[in-house]
Amino acid sequence: MAEPGLSVSLRQSGPIPLDVAFTCAPGEVLGLVGPSGAGKTTVLRAIAGLYRTRTGHVRVDGTDWFDSETEVFQPPHRRRVGLVFQEHALFPHLSAIANVAVALNDHPRAERRSRAMALLSRVHLDGLESRKPAELSGGQRQRVAIARALARDPQVLLLDEPFSAVDRRTRVHLQAEIVALRKDLAIPMLLVTHDVDEVARLADRLCIMDQGRVCLIGRPDEVLAQPAIRALLLGDEAA
Amino acid sequence: MDWEAFKLSLLLAACTAGLLMPLGLILARWLAFHTFPGRGVIEALVMAPLVLPPTVLGFYLLTAMGGNSSLGKLWIAIFGHPLAFSFEGLVVASLIFNLPFAVQPMQRAFEALPPDVREAAWVCGLSPWRTFWRIEAPLAWPGLLSALALTFTHTMGEFGVVLMVGGSIPGETRTLALAIYDRVQAFDMQGAQLMSATLLVFSIGAILIANGLTARVGRRHG
Repeated sequence: MAEPGLSVSLRQSGPIPLDVAFTCAPGEVLGLVGPSGAGKTTVLRAIAGLYRTRTGHVRVDGTDWFDSETEVFQPPHRRRVGLVFQEHALFPHLSAIANVAVALNDHPRAERRSRAMALLSRVHLDGLESRKPAELSGGQRQRVAIARALARDPQVLLLDEPFSAVDRRTRVHLQAEIVALRKDLAIPMLLVTHDVDEVARLADRLCIMDQGRVCLIGRPDEVLAQPAIRALLLGDEAA
Repeated sequence: MDWEAFKLSLLLAACTAGLLMPLGLILARWLAFHTFPGRGVIEALVMAPLVLPPTVLGFYLLTAMGGNSSLGKLWIAIFGHPLAFSFEGLVVASLIFNLPFAVQPMQRAFEALPPDVREAAWVCGLSPWRTFWRIEAPLAWPGLLSALALTFTHTMGEFGVVLMVGGSIPGETRTLALAIYDRVQAFDMQGAQLMSATLLVFSIGAILIANGLTARVGRRHG
């Protein structure tokens, strides 16, 4: 019986030093937190197949997406992963609905539009489907990015600083969307953020990283109770 | 007006653009997205026709295509006639002297694509091939169009290399630019003026069309 969820182990001494190992169960939100340059985004990129480490593995629901020992490496387009980029990374020449439909390539052509509409509706973008990214606000663009990530019917959802490019009000709304999403999705979700309070609210567990290494993994209240961790994270926030 | 030379110039420009666009696109994309040792040397070689005097480039091409060269001998063995001073020779030379005009705009256009947009396409399940057609090519389209316009118009007007490699054989290698030179040598200034004006209007028209289409693409992308 294959173990459900995500299992990650990434190790290399350079060019980006990494020594990371963690698991994330279906339905769980794991917050990756750490100072700038801790390697958080690199970990997400490695899970998505956009970066290949020298050694390690990325295993999802018992299937190897990457295993350095058996030399398995699934390219990103073969991994069912939803990735919300920090700067949205929407396709500027395509409308909101077309942006989402791109990720529905595996579905029959006739179904793509209605599925894309349903996903945009889910993130409260009804009526804006024909707008190009340049005609949307930062928050609306981020919602399109979330809808697009969900369109892959992902086995893992990766959120890279999803609230960094939006104002405070939009941030609160988007956080509510994430809370709603995790109730519906029974998949591992990884959330990278600088904001300690935000991740403490949203994540079930925190994985604290510094200089490419995992310092501590645990429940937010336990982890944040440690003075050394608070100093590491709040020092970064203050900077 | 030497219509035969005009038609030959058009044919040469069409052949060059038709062959060079796909080859240049592969090279431009490779240079834009890959880092490897010797990349600078390849880029310098691609740019060389821009800075070399056309007669120098023409001389080397003529030497490479001549009956005593390996390429020249091979060509004669296969086709039964020399490559130098033939239309085919002009096409080969034209492909080389137009390399920077085709590769540079396309390379810059691909380099301008945000890396995370390409990565987003892969994560969306698009293979590299589909990413090219659905994301990269539409976004790099202005650069591809500029490359096409520059290659076409530059071929129409090229003089030095064409003269060195092709001579000026009527119906075979005498392009409009060479015909203008011949008319001036024969003191037929009226004929030279008419052909020069034709080339001028044609070249500016091609660039205006390319710029117009590029601006339209820009507006479509918002």
